Amino acid sequence: MSVGAPEAGALRAGRRQPRYLLDREGLLGPLLLMPAVVYILALVAVPFFLAIGFSLSDVTVGDPSFDYVGLRNFRAVLRDPVFLRALRNSLFITVVTMVLVLVLGKVLALVLVKDFRGKWLVRFLVLLPWTTPVSLATIAWLWLLDSLFSPIDWTLRRLGLLEGNLHWLGNDTLAMVSVIAVQVWRIVPLAAVIISAGLAAIPQDINDAAEVDGAGFWRKLFQVTIPLTAPVMAVATLFGAILVFTDLSVVYVLTRGGPVDATQTLPTWAFFRGIQGGDLAQGAAVALFLFPVLLAMAVLILRAVRRMETM
Amino acid sequence: MATVEVRHLTKRFEGNATPAVDDLDLITGEGEYLVLLGPSGCGKTTLLRLIAGLEQPTSGEVFIGGEPMVGLPPRARRIAMVFQSYALYPHKTARKNIEFPLRAAGVAAEERAKKVEWAAELLGITRLLDRRPRHLSGGERQRVALARALVREPDVFLLDEPLSNLDAKLRATARDDLKQFQDRVDTTTIYVTHDQVEAMGLGDRIAVMAEGRIRQLGTPFEVYDDPADTFVATFLGSPPMNMVEREDVIVGFRPESLLPKGVVDGGPEAVDVAFEVSRVEYLGAERQVVGTVEGLGPPTRVIAVLPANVSVAVPAGEVSDFVVRASDLRFFDKTTGLRLPRRHP
Repeated sequence: MSVGAPEAGALRAGRRQPRYLLDREGLLGPLLLMPAVVYILALVAVPFFLAIGFSLSDVTVGDPSFDYVGLRNFRAVLRDPVFLRALRNSLFITVVTMVLVLVLGKVLALVLVKDFRGKWLVRFLVLLPWTTPVSLATIAWLWLLDSLFSPIDWTLRRLGLLEGNLHWLGNDTLAMVSVIAVQVWRIVPLAAVIISAGLAAIPQDINDAAEVDGAGFWRKLFQVTIPLTAPVMAVATLFGAILVFTDLSVVYVLTRGGPVDATQTLPTWAFFRGIQGGDLAQGAAVALFLFPVLLAMAVLILRAVRRMETM
Repeated sequence: MATVEVRHLTKRFEGNATPAVDDLDLITGEGEYLVLLGPSGCGKTTLLRLIAGLEQPTSGEVFIGGEPMVGLPPRARRIAMVFQSYALYPHKTARKNIEFPLRAAGVAAEERAKKVEWAAELLGITRLLDRRPRHLSGGERQRVALARALVREPDVFLLDEPLSNLDAKLRATARDDLKQFQDRVDTTTIYVTHDQVEAMGLGDRIAVMAEGRIRQLGTPFEVYDDPADTFVATFLGSPPMNMVEREDVIVGFRPESLLPKGVVDGGPEAVDVAFEVSRVEYLGAERQVVGTVEGLGPPTRVIAVLPANVSVAVPAGEVSDFVVRASDLRFFDKTTGLRLPRRHP
């Protein structure tokens, strides 16, 4: 022991050396959290409070000096018929998209949890829209929906279902259909993957029990599978709805909000007002309307998920 | 009521060299309680799932009540199954769980309510009907699962290790309940377990399985007292049967058959052995004595179990005189492991 004693002493002394600093949780914890905090402060908190500041001012691109004007911008925005249309469109697109996404995502998820030959290829193809940058994918859709050379129209003509062209993006209803279709196309893979993770988490015993108990496909789907995946479906809805509700690229690339504001949404209107129109203050006021809607949606869905999970 | 019969049943899983169930034949009696017993991986659960229709056999046939079942989905087989995890639907109350198979069968609401009440009363869970599985204890969940199986009045009950999720104390009472339940409903039951105490206590007959085959099918007494081969002999019993390897044959005897001389009146057929005791474990109801026995073949390490009422001192480190009755000796073929006819030691 006489040999070991000095070494132990050295070890105790070493504890105070800088290389043990990282062993202290009080220091290591904040250090590891720092990047995330900096990121959120710089890219979320600062723009958010800047937007609140702008919305209460008369800042424009031409006159960036800050003058407080109270709620004038909000009053102006609420009187603007284009804004009301954009708000209505945003809600409509989000709701219709999410209903379709849930149904199609569930169907795809049911396919993806089955074992079959070439499953990896199907899974790869399903995920492809999700991995493609939104703006690039939307440009591809822009070509697919071209007023003269649309391959969709061409196919319909060849099948004898159509004469001439549909002018997908030139007609109010079809433009809305196009926007929703592209949104569904890009959100479904995410929903399918989230829901299939939920499906895979259902114990095999429960599926077997439902089989033995005599449940057919539909009964099993509506009485066992859907109730048990409801929490993940709610989470998928929340993610998808936020992505659709805040999306600028699809509408901007496809229709620029047209024809005549028929597909105008809150993000595009905020962008046209604030950036292209130069009225930063009003643009900020428009964009801030996203916040209470998203907050309410998130609170409602997350609360429902918690309730389902403590059942 | 119906019998279950399987003929030449084989199930291979892709990627496995050996089949999970290997050319297996089995017939149950009417209303019989048949236990499939074996170590994990012996194919007992696969066999049960093949009978249930949750797996399709690679080859062979399954009959329930004389009707061929292969190709039919589980719901067409008039069976009910209780799973190891109970597999209760977590989002449904106990009542809805029990009711589920009736709804699936299209039973009218009034009739459903009546049957649920009947099953709940039989299992003593009437006051729990409006709780969700999360708020039930392990034993209560088991009863709900049994009630769910019972309401359909199936031809056959299939139970997959229904007690293994319970703690040891609860297991004894649950086993008791299960036996009473079986006596009352009197339906053909196939019960899978790896626990020999459950198997011995519950089974009318036990099928001891290993490597996808049935090694022995018999009453608890038969499989314990007269094991068909060395596997069954060493799988059943705790501690297992002692095995002494002679040059030509393996001699086996149960630990409780090896007793101090003078305690038993072995009579003329008693075989005297020298037992060099190395360790004595006092277990309350019994003493387990570990040591080396000489006189039945080459010196071999064995265990003797002395019941508490045998109070003879057996000091460790000394050689004591023990006896085994010749009728308690079993002989097995050295190469095949199969039991040989009785003979004199």
